[in-house]
Amino acid sequence: MEMSELLKELNMDEALRDPDTAHLVIERNRVVSSHWVQGLEVKTEEIENGVEVSVRVREGTVITKPVHFCFGVTHKRALQRIVMHVHVERGAKIAVLSHCMFPKAEDITHVMEADITLDEGASYVYREKHIHSPDGGIKVYPRATITLGKRARFATEFELIQGRVGKIDIDYAVTCGEESTMEMMTKISGRGDDDIKIRETGYLVGERARGVLTSRVAVREHATAEVYSKLVATAPYARGHVDCHEIVQDQGVATAVPVVEVKHPKAHVTHEAAIGSVDTKQLETLMARGLSEEEAVELIIQGLLS
Amino acid sequence: MKILSLKQVNLSLNGRKILQNLSMDFWKGRVHAVVGPNGAGKSTLAATVMGLEGYRKVRGEILFEGESITNMGIEERAKRGITLAWQEPARFEGLTVETFIRASAREKSDAEIQRVLQVVGLNPDEYRNRAVDRTLSGGERKKIELASILAMRPKLVLLDEPDSGIDVASLENIFEAIRVLRKDGTTVVLITHSLAVLAQAEHAFLICDGTLIEEGPMEQIRPYFEDKCIPCNHKNIPEIEGEEHGDE
Repeated sequence: MEMSELLKELNMDEALRDPDTAHLVIERNRVVSSHWVQGLEVKTEEIENGVEVSVRVREGTVITKPVHFCFGVTHKRALQRIVMHVHVERGAKIAVLSHCMFPKAEDITHVMEADITLDEGASYVYREKHIHSPDGGIKVYPRATITLGKRARFATEFELIQGRVGKIDIDYAVTCGEESTMEMMTKISGRGDDDIKIRETGYLVGERARGVLTSRVAVREHATAEVYSKLVATAPYARGHVDCHEIVQDQGVATAVPVVEVKHPKAHVTHEAAIGSVDTKQLETLMARGLSEEEAVELIIQGLLS
Repeated sequence: MKILSLKQVNLSLNGRKILQNLSMDFWKGRVHAVVGPNGAGKSTLAATVMGLEGYRKVRGEILFEGESITNMGIEERAKRGITLAWQEPARFEGLTVETFIRASAREKSDAEIQRVLQVVGLNPDEYRNRAVDRTLSGGERKKIELASILAMRPKLVLLDEPDSGIDVASLENIFEAIRVLRKDGTTVVLITHSLAVLAQAEHAFLICDGTLIEEGPMEQIRPYFEDKCIPCNHKNIPEIEGEEHGDE
């Protein structure tokens, strides 16, 4: 399957033809297509096994339509490395919808190394949606270091929308400046021998910085999940919350390690973690409406990850 | 015509007898009420009929449409047309009202979703995409649960305290839903200690300490219930003809 066919299947071809919508399509180590809008500067350089991308959103630029990034590999075996530098300047705003597509993966490694800097009042929303092969056959390593300036806003959401996880190992660290806000949400469902690791850390170093780390994970069959969520608050009036919910079915194994560290008497960080089977009352409610146990579990997990 | 019969049903939980020799008949298409003070065993009776986990080790027999369902699980009972609305409905993170209702609906059309939401007094445009989670009040979740039951079109529904968490203005929506269920031919069993809810029934059972005290037309049970049970003047230990029905 070619990249163009994949994009068509995702109904993205229309967005890619829109002159007001910026996009970048990378197949393995090749830039297949790109289009930019005013105020958005992007440089790409093909490197061994991947592409280095530098994104700059100029001061005060507000990009109204989401920018589409598509990173994919249409082969069965490959290494793809995306090195991404993002700089959102003072007062600029951008939202990115990123599609990572590996529909035929048998032995693919996808590595994303990102450094992201948001200046004062800047906003960066990054939604990442993955499509994997039905058999897994993929290892995904997203790595990001993010720095937020005063009153900046960073939000990210990771979601696997099709196929098996394979192995995924997310490692994000965000440093939040004064009055900045950070929200990170991860939703993954694993089955078979899928291996999920999520490591998210937020450093609330600026006065009145806010941070929320949310993870929703389901593991079934023999899948495993480890979620390490850490929030460290060192500034007055910094506020944070860690929220982890994992559903375990069959022989799945889930671990949640929420760590909250408060190093200032006027900071406040909370956490909640729930791991276990599907809630009995939810299950019985749906079964009392005529759903089988399997259908009920599927629906509950679908809701949790929606 | 009988649809549900309990024959000498006994159930103990944690070594305590909750239901004691209950024999009751419920009639097809009628609205029944099971009344009694708090702790009388009303909700346990509903959970036992539905076959919830922890409520299946009964002595005696439960018959539905003449067939014994005593050893059946929830799913099998639901497939035969029995369902239950919980006193405190479950929350479903991320699951929309529309998906929740559609999952149980016999007819899965948009028009049906709209119809059942309107019956319980909820604006479909406002509610269909909301999640059935903590962002909804207990009363809203109660109405949505009732909407899902209307869409299911069951043969028999047990409504456990259908007015709890419902404000006075919305109570009429609940009663309207009960009327629609009855019109559809559904047998309704109202589990309640509310006189207003009891008034919706045609036939009532008064139970106390897991024992059936009296049954008959609603008009006959109501004065006794109002007189003796609100508030309960014998601490849930009924005396019938001088005999005390406590733990045996």
